[in-house]
Amino acid sequence: MSHLLHTFPGGLHLPGNKDMSTGTALTEAPIPKRLIIPLQQHIGAPAKPVVEVGDSVLKGQVLAQPEGYVSAPIHASSSGTVIAIEDHPVPHPSGLTAPCIVIETDGEDRWIEHGGNPDYTNLDPSDLRNLIRDAGIVGLGGAGFPAFIKLNPGARTELDTLIINGAECEPYISCDDMLMREHADQVILGARIMRHALHAKQCMIGIEDNKPEAIAAIGEALDNLDEKGIELVVVPTRYPTGGEKQLIKVLTGKEVPAQGLPIDIGIVCHNVATAASVFRAVDQGEPLIQRIVTVTGHGAAHPKNLIVRIGSPIKDVLQAAGGDNGVPYDLIMGGPMMGFTLTGDELPTTKTTNCLLLATQKDAAEKGPVRPCIRCGECAQVCPALLLPQQLYWHARAKDFDKAQDYNLFDCIECGCCAYVCPSNLPLVQYYRFAKTEIWSQEREKKAADKARERHEFRQFRIEREKAEKAARHKSRAKAVKKDSADSDKKAAIQAAMERAKAKREATEVQPKNTENLTEAQKKQIAEAEARRNDPKTQSAGQASEDKE
Amino acid sequence: MSVLRASSPHVHSPAAVNKVMLQVSLALVPALAAYTWLFGWGVIFNVVIAATTALASEAIIVKMRGREVITSLSDGSALLTALLLAIALPPLAPWWLIVVGTGFAIIFAKQLYGGLGYNPFNPAMVGYVVLLISFPLEMTTWLAPSGVRELSLSFSATAAYVFGGHLPAQTAIDSLTMATPLDTVKTRLGLEHTMGEILRSPVFGSIGGHGWEIVNGLVLLGGLWMLFKRIITWHVPVAMLGTLFVVSGLFHLVNPDHYSGPLFHIASGGALLGAFFIATDPVSGATSNRGRIIFGIGAGLITFIIRAWGGYPDGVAFSVLLMNMAAPTIDYYTRPRVFGHKGSH
Repeated sequence: MSHLLHTFPGGLHLPGNKDMSTGTALTEAPIPKRLIIPLQQHIGAPAKPVVEVGDSVLKGQVLAQPEGYVSAPIHASSSGTVIAIEDHPVPHPSGLTAPCIVIETDGEDRWIEHGGNPDYTNLDPSDLRNLIRDAGIVGLGGAGFPAFIKLNPGARTELDTLIINGAECEPYISCDDMLMREHADQVILGARIMRHALHAKQCMIGIEDNKPEAIAAIGEALDNLDEKGIELVVVPTRYPTGGEKQLIKVLTGKEVPAQGLPIDIGIVCHNVATAASVFRAVDQGEPLIQRIVTVTGHGAAHPKNLIVRIGSPIKDVLQAAGGDNGVPYDLIMGGPMMGFTLTGDELPTTKTTNCLLLATQKDAAEKGPVRPCIRCGECAQVCPALLLPQQLYWHARAKDFDKAQDYNLFDCIECGCCAYVCPSNLPLVQYYRFAKTEIWSQEREKKAADKARERHEFRQFRIEREKAEKAARHKSRAKAVKKDSADSDKKAAIQAAMERAKAKREATEVQPKNTENLTEAQKKQIAEAEARRNDPKTQSAGQASEDKE
Repeated sequence: MSVLRASSPHVHSPAAVNKVMLQVSLALVPALAAYTWLFGWGVIFNVVIAATTALASEAIIVKMRGREVITSLSDGSALLTALLLAIALPPLAPWWLIVVGTGFAIIFAKQLYGGLGYNPFNPAMVGYVVLLISFPLEMTTWLAPSGVRELSLSFSATAAYVFGGHLPAQTAIDSLTMATPLDTVKTRLGLEHTMGEILRSPVFGSIGGHGWEIVNGLVLLGGLWMLFKRIITWHVPVAMLGTLFVVSGLFHLVNPDHYSGPLFHIASGGALLGAFFIATDPVSGATSNRGRIIFGIGAGLITFIIRAWGGYPDGVAFSVLLMNMAAPTIDYYTRPRVFGHKGSH
């Protein structure tokens, strides 16, 4: 390789444990009886269902449409009947439930009519992006960011570099490795399409050197396709090379600015599996309804990679891989460094489920006692973001969140290197997540409080103004009443009361002009709305619910 | 069924605080053995008394603080403090001296600040300096190394002195002790002797003090082993010894009669012990590599200044404590440039 490589700071050499799951070829998991397809499997707004309970759906049919720009549609991954649209536990670190579309499959796996555009070069990049958006493609490397957005060069006429990320640095996970070994051509063809959409000047595929078979397969595919515009770059194996910012640094020497995006420096990075899905979507019109999932760990009877329909319950996926081997294990979604433990196997697989790790004590030795930080600084030596984890820990623990932000808490990518090397066994990443969450919620609260204060101040202002107006009117009325000396005091008092009531009415209800020809029902509705508006109880409740947004 | 930590990462390197402390303690063993061999049984008494005092006072205070005694004792930090004090104190010292020094180190310098990880000053050096200031006589009564000294004390005679304060009949303490090499240099330079004359005294060996150079050589060996095992990084020892070497070398070049040579500085007193075992203490030191270099340079410089012009023959303990004081400031100003940020802070 003639390519000049750079290094990113910190990082770790970790035992890979990838061979466990690369021994057998990719196989397709059978169609599960039920598919549980979450409406949100991506970063952004959840999709909105367009099917109803009882509808029969075909494979590839749209189940839910995106809401807003940053969103993605959801498709049926097999044919069957929608039996429920309801909240269901989904894979999430906090064990949340979220709305899902549940399909009872009919086992026929009938496709909806679909067709591709093999000659994508005739397509305008924006049509290409729409096509990719409609296929529901999101970043399959883990984040699940809608891919079409990252295929938009925006204001730039031309992008410098498209990077296809095949580093797959996290131990145990081998789904990208197996994809590259068995479908290298799809990755290359997908990269070509992405490059066309982006007008990228150059394109590189970065693969860690612990995947010689994948490297050979990609090299061969490049030769077979006579693709000279895509460069295969073998990068040293070091966790977390597969992090977007880290891989960009290794391949180009450039640093993505903090709080910025790769596109700010003319770079876009996509995962190899995303590239392959883009190819299938464009070439065959096939939406994102399946992905490769690694089932591995010492708890798995036969670690391997499976092609899984999105929405397949994890239980079925594990069974398809041969189940567990009876040793107690913890189920982790993702790898041992960044994955999260799942509460059960009833959860569905999603677009971002790359690995199911059945971790036994062989995979994760029992942790020793947690001891105080001795400031050894090992964490700072391995931090790829060049942070001072020991200071962040100190401030997060003390709940001194300003100080934590001062030490750039939000540049932390939660790779886990610091906690891995910590001789005191401190759950450092947990502290950072805690601090981040606290800061976010404080910011939300502050925003809400600001909004409420603004409202309150405006209300005070309005009341004052009305009072002043009323007082002014009274004064003029009083003068008029005085002149009318013939009236008795009582009459004057009644008159004044009536005037006051009228003034009040006038002040509070500016009568709209289009209320003359209303039906009784409409009038009643208005009256109700008016009453609600004037009732302080509902008013504050309304405010509170609005503030929650 | 849960075998894992709740939050990622779910895997962990084998590194552990107690392992580190144990390894550092092990690295001290050869030097302690040589110290005993050359200076007699008193060193063993130092070790035993210091270790007992350290563990007992740690246990008592931890218990009083309502923490887990076993977790605290098993981290090995109290034992390490004891070993560092044992090797730094005179080889024939009354028991109460060791008890006071170690007790002060553990109770006041460490536990009252919050225990392991929270002490701003190196406990062993605090204990040492407290003794140096409070009991100057006992702290400057050093046995002469074997080969220089005419008499040697048996194990039981040593025990009698350590615990009872009496020496065998017809043995005067003066016949056993002599000034340390650095002390000799300091005193005789004060008497307007030249370095050339001073170095002819039998207390000096080929590089440093007679016998001392062997102990210090083994301290160096232990330090290099720790470097090799990546228990410490090179930054502090290289910066501290390098500074001491360069600065003392410069003065020696200008006035060799009045300033001892750089190698003598490095091989004598606590320079090597300080550079590899004390100034590298992570708790009280600087954490970044750049910070460690500054810390080391400061410690080396202060050591030389005290040795050359100060009131004490050696300055390692003071220099480390002074730099401990500066460590938070050093850390603050040596924060690394965060990835993706422009310039440093």
